[in-house]
Amino acid sequence: MPASTMPARFTHVALAHGGGGQLTDVLLNQLVLPRLSNPALSQLLDSGMIPGGKLAMTIDSYVVQPLFFPGGDIGRLAVSGTVNDLAVCGAHPRALALSMILAEGLERSVLERVLDSVAATACEAGVRVITGDTKVVGHGQADGIYLTTAGIGELSDQPLPHPDRVEPGDVLIINGPIAEHGLTVMLAREMPEVQSVLRSDVAPLNGLIETLRRAVAEVVFMRDPTRGGLAGLTADLAGRTGRRINLEESRIPVKPEAKHAADMLGLDPLEIANEGKVLVVVRPGQAQAALAAMRQHPLGKDACIIGYVAPEKDGMCTLHTSIGGWRILQKPYGEQLPRIC
Amino acid sequence: MCLAVPAKLIEQDGHHGMVDLHGNRLPVNTMMTPDAQNGDWILIHAGFAIERLDPEEARKTWALIADVQRAAGEGEAQEHTPQQRLAAATPGELL
Amino acid sequence: MSLTQHTIDDLLQRLDVAAKTIGHDVAFMEVCGTHTTSSFRCGLPSVMPSNVRLISGPGCPVCVTSQGDIDRLIDLGLRQDVILCTYGDMLRVPGKQGTLEAARARGGRIEIVYSSMDAVKLARREAGREVVFAAVGFETTAPATAAAICEAQRLNISNFSVLASHKRIIPAMRALLADGEIPAIKGFLCPGHVSVIIGSEVYAPIVEEFGVSCVIGGFEPAQLIAALVCLTELVVENKTALVNQYPEAVHKKGNRWALALLEQIFEPGDARWRGMGTLPDSGLILRREYQRFDAALRFNLPEPQEREPKGCICGKVISGAALPVQCKLFGKSCTPISPIGPCMVSSEGTCSAWFKYGNFRQMTLPKRQEKELLEVQS
Repeated sequence: MPASTMPARFTHVALAHGGGGQLTDVLLNQLVLPRLSNPALSQLLDSGMIPGGKLAMTIDSYVVQPLFFPGGDIGRLAVSGTVNDLAVCGAHPRALALSMILAEGLERSVLERVLDSVAATACEAGVRVITGDTKVVGHGQADGIYLTTAGIGELSDQPLPHPDRVEPGDVLIINGPIAEHGLTVMLAREMPEVQSVLRSDVAPLNGLIETLRRAVAEVVFMRDPTRGGLAGLTADLAGRTGRRINLEESRIPVKPEAKHAADMLGLDPLEIANEGKVLVVVRPGQAQAALAAMRQHPLGKDACIIGYVAPEKDGMCTLHTSIGGWRILQKPYGEQLPRIC
Repeated sequence: MCLAVPAKLIEQDGHHGMVDLHGNRLPVNTMMTPDAQNGDWILIHAGFAIERLDPEEARKTWALIADVQRAAGEGEAQEHTPQQRLAAATPGELL
Repeated sequence: MSLTQHTIDDLLQRLDVAAKTIGHDVAFMEVCGTHTTSSFRCGLPSVMPSNVRLISGPGCPVCVTSQGDIDRLIDLGLRQDVILCTYGDMLRVPGKQGTLEAARARGGRIEIVYSSMDAVKLARREAGREVVFAAVGFETTAPATAAAICEAQRLNISNFSVLASHKRIIPAMRALLADGEIPAIKGFLCPGHVSVIIGSEVYAPIVEEFGVSCVIGGFEPAQLIAALVCLTELVVENKTALVNQYPEAVHKKGNRWALALLEQIFEPGDARWRGMGTLPDSGLILRREYQRFDAALRFNLPEPQEREPKGCICGKVISGAALPVQCKLFGKSCTPISPIGPCMVSSEGTCSAWFKYGNFRQMTLPKRQEKELLEVQS
């Protein structure tokens, strides 16, 4: 049931086309890939491998509102997101490029705070911003600040994580509780009157991933469950590998404040974005070593095994629920909306 | 359309209430639950408190359901009410 | 294993025993979209005894809203002088001019609100524009609309109005039971949160007149299963009864303050339901003294033109007369990404739940040893 191949003709771009869900796939498949397709791009990985070299490259734009939210801001997000996209593909982030689109009238102090955050997060990730660009657009043409970061990373000699290498029996590990970034930002944007202890998990994960890769000989696959959440990522992985992936609901860590905020908004924590989480797939024999290594790192102290790759060749992702039943996980549609019904 | 979640009423000023939902505090309109007191569990739907929850009733139902099959463990059964589970849960317990 | 898990296992075992005792197929109906979603989300269909069926009835407000009402709403959303406030779920329902989401992409000002009061606040801030609140929902949600109208009146806000298509559940249940096309059901799993407002005793006449059980249930997996156990055991005992299994929230007379609010603003009137036509007294109509808040009058909207999308059997799905997989469009041209009928649009919709969470009776489940594999790894 590959929903992403369903035709959905659109005449105007909707917000959900940028939601990282099924509608984003539609936009890519209908408009981008037919025009720009090449072997590197068609992999649709978080980073592209520069042909013939030992380099990976990635780029991402950040338009988050509000600019500052509990646990992070657009600057920290822009550095972390790009660093993580390189790291999960097996590349050591080496340098970043930063492009800023600023709205006329933006307060100097806001820009200072954002840039301070970019600097601090880059320092935390051990990467430098080596080039950049600044544009200012007229009042009302942009919402405060938009950032774009591109990153270059060096590929290690270890085998690169790739969906094609996933085999039955492989074990899925997540480095901590899910759904916190998406909920924090949604509450800050849609329901500013809510005061929550929730904080975004946004963080550069290259340190954690480095620790992991030193500890295990082979990381089969890695990816950060950003937009589309854990469900989007695992459903996508199941589809790409053609294997069944089973997740255990009771093993997936969700903090109560996140679970209850999601319940209130009518959302499924599995479909909500993370910015400091990584899903790691390893061979069963290396699961304990991987877990132990991740737990040594501050960003992996709550790491746990949440599922495994099953032998069925149906490309479906299933969830073994808390009552002992089963359901299918699919890539969410797109934009997450608070609902009361 | 009937998503409603239990939350604890912690403040009230006229019809303006504030509830706590496990670390999420949100304002709710309490005009439909004028008898609710601070500390009560109330059911929230679309920004409105729609009913005060009666923990005693919840205990009775759940005890009844569990008791029929198991003679032992009434004490345990009492902890099955969603409200109590929510009230008792700390971050560690639900993880 | 948690304490709750013990309860759930016990309940599932009781359900199995009762189902075996019955020995033949038995069907119940839930009339609440949140029950549909909760049930699929916890994987309940995959653990139900094979001879017990839970049919989804007309309980999703988005799904039961008639196509004509949806078309009117989207027409309003496209007007330049209107800010249309809606709950998130209505955003993707297709009308003849596309969806509200598409209307927003084309420049219509569509605001997602969490509460009806947010729409009133917006009307205060944007005094120069008309703010219309898309008021859908059953009795759980209708009091919030009533409260918003009261507030707009109190603050003398003249640019606020509602396009109301609120529904009442009891007339719909009666219509279903009176309709010969609907599969024979032995009982209703009654909607917990609607019942919070309307109370439990309003179901008594249904039990008496039609000889079906009514069990009011909550939404946690254990509560849902407990209500099913109750319904099934009633069949075993060859009894029909009204049972309130959500007494911590549901009282005999309902919530009198909420009911008073409804009474003040609305009166029962005819309502159009998708697939069920116009049912007498099944809607809530603004009383004469509040008609100045009626967006249909304010904007002089034409009478809705009823139509059903071609090939779509949402009407039958809603009334329990057909399963989603019996629809030619299901999973082919109608998916959550490009929905044709409302049952696929709403996350509470039966088709959406079937598509999203899967029909596990038709798929092979993981074998025991694979589950153990995971145990070994952890």
